[in-house]
Amino acid sequence: MLGVALLVFREVLEAALVVSIVCAATRGVVRRGAFVGGGITLGVIGAVLVALFAGTIADMASGVGQELFNAGVLLAAVAMIGWHVIWMSKHGRELAKHMQQVGQAVRAGSSSLSMLLAVVALAVLREGSEVVLFLYGMAASGTGVAGMGTGLALGVVGGVAVGFALYFGLLRIPLKYFFSATNGLLVLLAAGLASTAARYLVQANLLPALHNQLWDSSWLLSNGSIPGQTLHILVGYDAQPSGMQMLFYAAIVALLLAGMRLFGSVPPRAAARATVETNRSTA
Amino acid sequence: MKRLFLGALLALATIAAQAADVPEYKLVIKDHKFQPVELKVPADTKIKLVVSNQDSTPSEFESHEFNREKIVLPNSTVTVFVGPLGKGSYKFFDDFHQDTGNGVLIVE
Repeated sequence: MLGVALLVFREVLEAALVVSIVCAATRGVVRRGAFVGGGITLGVIGAVLVALFAGTIADMASGVGQELFNAGVLLAAVAMIGWHVIWMSKHGRELAKHMQQVGQAVRAGSSSLSMLLAVVALAVLREGSEVVLFLYGMAASGTGVAGMGTGLALGVVGGVAVGFALYFGLLRIPLKYFFSATNGLLVLLAAGLASTAARYLVQANLLPALHNQLWDSSWLLSNGSIPGQTLHILVGYDAQPSGMQMLFYAAIVALLLAGMRLFGSVPPRAAARATVETNRSTA
Repeated sequence: MKRLFLGALLALATIAAQAADVPEYKLVIKDHKFQPVELKVPADTKIKLVVSNQDSTPSEFESHEFNREKIVLPNSTVTVFVGPLGKGSYKFFDDFHQDTGNGVLIVE
């Protein structure tokens, strides 16, 4: 039971951290709850489907289907987070100019929301499919339903609790800096996901590693520890990254910062204030 | 166009040649345990690890120390490219059966 709880906790934790950052980034936007809830529901359905078709996925692309699938899901999430971050920085500028056009802001908010809904769905799908396969294995090897149910419940509750803790922690950031902070978190989240995608492509021998271990900080914080895993999701921490992972990470940070600068010429603080004002008036 | 085609062909041939050069090592998962528990592989060489799961339950071959993870479905085989790694021992495990599924890659 404890084993079940631990594995489920780790997977749920990863998805919950993504969901809480998305929730913070969409603070005050109308119908946000429905979008996030919809994302989680779609993700759970997707997770079961992925687990059901795991064999088909694994056999695709002469044995590297699993890596391609994971990298694809991760890079899709990166693209959508990037779209949101850049779009919002542009949107912030428009808002600063035309504060009275609230209707436009609502549309903009929900259009960007559907991107973030997909990010939530993809995170839940990826982590959830592992949970489904694991539970299937447990059931097949005769683990009792009661023990599995308790383990599953404990893991989910634990993971979700940490997600809520992060969310409420983020809410304490002063409004003045709030959206600059959540935008920054989204950039780091996207860069970390891109780095993980690169790891899968190197594992499949589709990309060169460009030096297998750039450094080794596992003595300080290992990938397997809960804090290491938390930082892995939040900022893309890796104790033994390859050069290709670093390249992906740096490329995404550079691309998103350049995109934000290009489209949002208003200082981030003013843009953030504008967003807060609109969110207030539309909530 | 012709040059482009030739270039692509050459690139593919290089990739194929590289793939053929990579030495292959086998691991078997049976009764939620790895066989062998200690696998010796050469240092500073990229290797192809072929992991076969002979159980009727899914496993996940994972290592924090050489940074790999891949699900191995029941009665199926996966390949994972590892390294090049420096000399030393690197633990790996079955994420779905952590109490029994443990092994070490001895790189020498």
